[in-house]
Amino acid sequence: MAMNMATADAGTGTGTGANAGADNPAGGSDLRLERITKRFGAFTAVDDVSLTIPQGSFFALLGASGCGKTTTLRMVSGLEDPTHGRIFLGEREVTDLKPYKRPVNTVFQNYALFPHMDIFENVAFGLRRRGIKDVKPQVEQMLDLVELGHLARRKPAQLSGGQQQRVAVARALINQPQVLLLDEPLGALDLKLRRQMQIELKRIQTEVGLTFVHVTHDQEEAMTMADTIAVMNAGRIEQLGSPADLYENPVSTFVANFLGQSNLIIGEVTAKDGDTITLDAQGQRLTLPAARSRIDSGRIIAGVRPEKVSLATDAARIPNGHNVLTGGVVSDASFIGVSTQYLVKMPWGSQVGCEEMSVFEQNAGQEIHRPGTQVLLHWDPTQTFGLDGAQDLDAGSDPDDEASDVGAAA
Amino acid sequence: MSALTASTDAAASLAPTDRASGKAPAARTSRRRGPLDWVRAHALATTAVLIFVFLLAPNVVMFVMSFNAPVGKYNYIWHQFSTDAWRHPCQVGDICQHMGLSLEIGVVAMIASTILGTMAAFAMSRHRFRARPAVNVLLFLPMAAPEIIMGATLLTLFFSTIGSGSMGFWTIVIGHIMFCLSYVVVTVKSRLAGLDPTLEKAAQDLYATPRQTFLKVTLPLVAPGIAAAALLSFALSVDDYIVTKYTAGDQITFPLYVYGAVQRSVPTQIDVIGSMMMLVTMTGIAGMLVLGRLRARRR
Amino acid sequence: MSAQTVNVGVPPAPKPIGEPDLPERRKRNRLPYLLLAPTLLWLIIFFVVPIFTSVSASVQEGSLDQGYALTWRWANFSDGWSQYNGQFGRSLLFAFLCTVFCLLMGYPLAYFIAFKGGRWKTLLMALVIVPSFTSFLIRTIAWKTILSDNGVVVHVLNDLHVLNFTSAIGFTVGNHVLASPAAVVCGMVYNFLPFTVLPLYTSLEKIDPRLHEAGADLYCSPLTTWRRVTLPLSMPGVVGGTLLTFIPAVGDYVNAQLLGNPNTLVIGQSIEHEFLQDSTGYPLASALSVILMAATLAIVLLYVKKAGTEDLL
Repeated sequence: MAMNMATADAGTGTGTGANAGADNPAGGSDLRLERITKRFGAFTAVDDVSLTIPQGSFFALLGASGCGKTTTLRMVSGLEDPTHGRIFLGEREVTDLKPYKRPVNTVFQNYALFPHMDIFENVAFGLRRRGIKDVKPQVEQMLDLVELGHLARRKPAQLSGGQQQRVAVARALINQPQVLLLDEPLGALDLKLRRQMQIELKRIQTEVGLTFVHVTHDQEEAMTMADTIAVMNAGRIEQLGSPADLYENPVSTFVANFLGQSNLIIGEVTAKDGDTITLDAQGQRLTLPAARSRIDSGRIIAGVRPEKVSLATDAARIPNGHNVLTGGVVSDASFIGVSTQYLVKMPWGSQVGCEEMSVFEQNAGQEIHRPGTQVLLHWDPTQTFGLDGAQDLDAGSDPDDEASDVGAAA
Repeated sequence: MSALTASTDAAASLAPTDRASGKAPAARTSRRRGPLDWVRAHALATTAVLIFVFLLAPNVVMFVMSFNAPVGKYNYIWHQFSTDAWRHPCQVGDICQHMGLSLEIGVVAMIASTILGTMAAFAMSRHRFRARPAVNVLLFLPMAAPEIIMGATLLTLFFSTIGSGSMGFWTIVIGHIMFCLSYVVVTVKSRLAGLDPTLEKAAQDLYATPRQTFLKVTLPLVAPGIAAAALLSFALSVDDYIVTKYTAGDQITFPLYVYGAVQRSVPTQIDVIGSMMMLVTMTGIAGMLVLGRLRARRR
Repeated sequence: MSAQTVNVGVPPAPKPIGEPDLPERRKRNRLPYLLLAPTLLWLIIFFVVPIFTSVSASVQEGSLDQGYALTWRWANFSDGWSQYNGQFGRSLLFAFLCTVFCLLMGYPLAYFIAFKGGRWKTLLMALVIVPSFTSFLIRTIAWKTILSDNGVVVHVLNDLHVLNFTSAIGFTVGNHVLASPAAVVCGMVYNFLPFTVLPLYTSLEKIDPRLHEAGADLYCSPLTTWRRVTLPLSMPGVVGGTLLTFIPAVGDYVNAQLLGNPNTLVIGQSIEHEFLQDSTGYPLASALSVILMAATLAIVLLYVKKAGTEDLL
């Protein structure tokens, strides 16, 4: 399954992208990676990745640690040389350019603020190195943009984590790079602050209209901020698309498991008529739209997101046409507040599908099923997606990943 | 969860009855705390204080004895208070000339060894190269070797090349630079190790050429380490006896003078000059601390 | 807020496509050698080469007036050993005692500063090191005052009859502390203590104090925690401190000269005597130095073999 020679959806780019392009003397400055490979000795960190990121979009590289996303980012910034492949900014090839010659700036994971300079000098650093004499107006304007004007003369050590992060962003942004790279910049912040900064960064990007490339392992963060996400796994791009695209129509079990949670069941396709595929899973019959399935014959993995599934104790209450799975017993019910998350033990073994299906039901007043209750699971068949059956069911669901769950709120 | 309660029960039943660690940990009942508890709790601190006294006593004694008017030629026993020696510190022999020579040598050795050592420290901490283990050993040896070996071998080198008559200021300097180098490398290297490597990458990302990165980012951040190394090599040089003795020819530095004079007499001036050195060092360090605090407070 | 249209100028022009960076890459490999070269040269010329001249001198014979000739007189070594083996032994003994006491005193001190020092860590370490910035000769002479017969220390020791006991086993002489092996070792410990404390402190400081909490949580008494957790983790510091104390101490003779007596001669004094006071002693002194050198090198190489070279500096 080779990776995609992918072009991100231009339609989801930001409105001011065109403006930034007009200002930029280099003209159209899409970031283009052509067959980028990076090897460290015998280890391939990035494997033949090709990618076009249109100017002005907010792009996320999402993946677990070690998947190659940070290495890819470093190659774009020039801090790492690709073993093979080329990198283009618009029409200009930048593959061999040193980082200080590229119109690309990075917001580092640990901010990397110069401890011996105050905030003003940190932000002015890039301008000064490029020979600009009068930096004061621009620095002050940029500090106002990130709301840190009153701290201009403090040293980084005297600022909080969130403030340092904003300085790092300001320091990079002020140089109006063609691409701004963000290397997991929100990792060190606590939850509330992180949410705040996610919104901040999105706002800034919309205002400034530059291309942002954001590297993260937090899929919730990627989905919140980015127009387009590339999910990376073992040096390759598994899938590239908008957040909704990736979430509702994953192309592989890895993406299905990595983004949020999925219930995956192995079955055999029994019929395909028109735009519906019917399959047999452990003796139970399920249907799904052909448009949402990767294959239409043979072994298939049917997937459905937990929030699409409902529990019923009485078969008569189930709406017509729903996919139904029988034989489930509630093994765990966790009241989250917004929703109740159930684990339902199914009669089949773990080789053929998840032993315990996850069901998230919004707490809209219905009864909560106690553990031990025998239940039926049902959902609208059009909410099912189908994947090639010859894949590892557990790919991407490694609990060591720090990827957080997608909220259960529907 | 049932699993959780099960494991807590298991843990409780596993409470050790290991004789080596004494009885099983029981609930702490309050008991009256006697003086022995205070000693036990503060044993470490008391020991540390006693050791500090051991370390600092001679400095104090030296300072006190500098105000002594001794009976006889040896300033070992307190006789009576006098500020004579402080008012005439250079009165004895050529003590101040010798001190001046030591200071001169110290400055030259400090500058040379700091420059060479800093360059070497950068090479050792930034680059991997094949000869690294051997260079590590070579840099370590002067710190570990007995000074007498360094002095004696230098003597044989100078003796067989330039003859014993030509030994003097420069041979002393050469020897001092030689043993200061290792200390400079260690000091600067440790400062470099604490430097965040991302900072230089960030500078490059912000259009600084390698030269600009070095001048604007690396050097300012390593500077305290270099300064410390310089001061260390100055102190080592001024205070050195053994290596100097073998490379001095007919020159007399301050330590050489003291060692030689001790056979015949220990004038109070020796304690005075020692106290002056101590006060200068203490003032210098206190000054740096105060400066650091002031700079932090001003922000 | 309106969109940014700040014009900050064009970034520097890129290099023309097609020009590989080869020359720069080659330069990068030469740089460490260039930086190291002066230092290495200095050490080779003034540390390594003299060792060879010393070895060569050790098999010469002659005198200052007649000059020295390379006659391969290996007897220098046997002469030196037969004449001065007592001094060698004493040097080793004193150095050993000094190292032991330095460890016994230095470890608690380093431990205290590293774990209980808190904000005052740097100040306390400065207090350990700064005194050594004053002339060590003068400070050692100060011990003559502290340990003098009229002083408090000797009076107390006499009242406690400690001196009777130590004189019986040869540590002290009569009712005095000065001019005895005890005084020499005391002076050595005093002089070398900072050299022990510094590596110990560096090593202890790196230990996460939460490891002590983990030890306590897992039923260790404070002593057991130290023995099973702290001590093993601080071993690099212990070994480093031992090396940096023992080896220089073997060659130290200033303390023996100032605080000892003619019966406490160590090898350093013998070497000095042969070098500077006896015109035929130059080859003999060199032979003695070579013996000392060989012992030092052996110890260092043994350490390197066990622990590698990266922790040395």
